[in-house]
Amino acid sequence: MQKTVALSPALPPKPKTRSFSFKGFLPFLIPVLVVAIWQLSSSLGWLSTNILPSPWAVLQDGVKLTQSGELPKNMSISLYRATLGLVIGGGLGFVLGFVNGMSNTARLLFDSSIQMVRNVPHLALIPLIIIWLGINESAKISLVAIGTMFPVYINTFNGIRNVDPDLIEMGQSYNLSKRELFQKIIFPAALPQVLVGVRYALGVMWTTLIVAETISANSGIGYMSTNAEDFVDMETVILCIVIYAILGKISDLVAKSFETLFLDWQTLGRSSK
Amino acid sequence: MTTKPEITIDHIGKDYGQITALGDVSFNIEPGEFLALVGMSGGGKSTLLRMIAGLETPTRGQVLFNHETREDSAVVIRVMFQEDRLLPWMTVLDNLSFKSHDAQQQAEAKKLLHLVDLDEYAQQFPNQLSGGQKQRVALARALMSHPQVLLLDEPLGALDALTRRKMQDLILHICEQQQLTTILVTHDVNEAARMADRIVVMKHETNYAEFNGPTDRHDAGQVGLVAEDVLDAILHDKVES
Ligand SMILES: Nc1ncnc2c1ncn2[C@@H]1O[C@H](COP(=O)(O)OP(=O)(O)O)[C@@H](O)[C@H]1O
Ligand SMILES: [Mg+2]
Repeated sequence: MQKTVALSPALPPKPKTRSFSFKGFLPFLIPVLVVAIWQLSSSLGWLSTNILPSPWAVLQDGVKLTQSGELPKNMSISLYRATLGLVIGGGLGFVLGFVNGMSNTARLLFDSSIQMVRNVPHLALIPLIIIWLGINESAKISLVAIGTMFPVYINTFNGIRNVDPDLIEMGQSYNLSKRELFQKIIFPAALPQVLVGVRYALGVMWTTLIVAETISANSGIGYMSTNAEDFVDMETVILCIVIYAILGKISDLVAKSFETLFLDWQTLGRSSK
Repeated sequence: MTTKPEITIDHIGKDYGQITALGDVSFNIEPGEFLALVGMSGGGKSTLLRMIAGLETPTRGQVLFNHETREDSAVVIRVMFQEDRLLPWMTVLDNLSFKSHDAQQQAEAKKLLHLVDLDEYAQQFPNQLSGGQKQRVALARALMSHPQVLLLDEPLGALDALTRRKMQDLILHICEQQQLTTILVTHDVNEAARMADRIVVMKHETNYAEFNGPTDRHDAGQVGLVAEDVLDAILHDKVES
C-alpha cells in the first residue's frame, strides 16, 4: 500500500490494486484449503493417523528433525547432488547442443546417436550404474547428469538451429566475426529456448534424485524417506514428500527468475534498466 | 579511400539449382547516383542486391567497385531490408553499435540517432517502437561506419503512406548529404520515379529498360509521367526508350 503513495500524484487511483492482491492470493487458495481440510479431518478423527498423519504432526516432525540436525544434513546432501548433477549434465547438454547446432559436420556425426540414446529412459540405467559405480556419490550425480543432459541438449540444439536466418544475414552484412555473430545474435536468440530446457531439466533433476536416493543411498531426502518407511514413520514419509514439493517449487522459481533476468527485452519492462 | 565508387554490374547471373533467379544483367551506376530497380516480384531484384552486397556469390559475371572486386576494394556497403532486422534483445543504441564499448562507435551511434530524430529512444527496445521508428533505426544502423554504397531492398514496403513519404524524404536527404551511391529496390513505380535519378526495369531475368528520373522531383506531374512510362515497361513488352 505504501508503494501507491510513492507513485506520481498525477495518476488517478486505480481500482486495480484491490483485484491485484486478490489475484496474488488466488494461486495459494487450493493448497491452503487442502491443508485446512486435511487438518480438520485428522482432528475430527475421520482420517486415521496410520494412513495419513495430520499436517500439524508432520510440521512437528519437521521441527524435531531440524533440531536434531538430521533434516538439514540430508537436505544439503540432496541439494549438493542435484546441483552438481545439473551443472555437469546441463553443461554437457549445452556444449553438445551448441556444437551440433553450429556445425553441420558435428550434427551429422553426433545428433542421430544422441537421439537414439535419448530414447532410453535414464532411470533404466540405475542397475548398470550401481554395478559400475556402487552406491557412492558419483552414481547419483551421474544419474542426475544423464537425466538433465538431454532436455538441455535438445533445447539448445533447436534454439540455435531455429535462429532467424535473416538476422544472421544481417550480421554478416555488417561483417561481424563468427564469434560476434554467436555472442550478439545466435546466443541471445537461442537463449529463451535454452532456458526452457533448463527449466525442464530441473524437474528431471528432482525426479531422478528421488528415485536414485530411494533405491540406493545412505543419506539424502530420498534415503530419509525409505528409512522412515522401514519404521512406518508416516510423519517423516509425508515430510519428505512435502520437502520435495517445496524444493521443486523453489527450483521453478529460480528458473523463472533467470527468465526475467535474461529475457527482460521480451516482457519489455520500463525502458530503464 | 574511395568516397564515391562507380559500380559496374558485369553480365551477372544467379541460378538456384534449376531455377534461374537472374539471367544476365549488366549496367553501371555512377558515383553518387540514386538508382531505382523496379519489376515484378520474383524478378530477381533481391538476388541482385544481395550479390552486390556480397551476401550471395554470383553463378556468372561479377560486380566491380571502381574496377575492383569487393574483396580488393575498401568500399563499405550497407543493406537495409524490408524487415527492420533489429535485434530485439538490444536497445536501440546497442543495435547501432552492436554493443561495442568503443567510445567512437558510441558517439557515432548517438549522432546517427539524432539524424533520424530518435534521440529519446536510445535506451528503448525495438519492440517498444512503431514500424516507422524501427525502420529509422535500421536506416541509422546502415549509416554506421560511413558507407559509400547503400542498398535498399523495399525498405518502406510495410509502412503506411504518410510514414512512407516522410521516410522517402529522409532517405533522399541523407543520400544527398552524404553523397551515397544508392540502389533502391521497390515495387512502387511512383516511389521510384520520385526518388531516383535513374530507373532500371527488371524483367525476364534481365535489365529490360531504363528511364531517367524527373528533372524536378517536386513536380508531381513530371513524377507521374515517369511513373506511367515505367509501369508501361513492366506491364507491356513493347518499349521505346
Ligand atoms: N535462396 C534461394 N533459393 C532458391 N530460390 C531462390 C532463392 N532466392 C530467390 N530465389 C528465387 O529466385 C527468384 C527471384 O527472387 P528474388 O530475387 O527474391 O526476386 P524479387 O526480389 O525481385 O521479388 C524467385 O523465383 C525466387 O523464388
Ligand atoms: Mg525482393
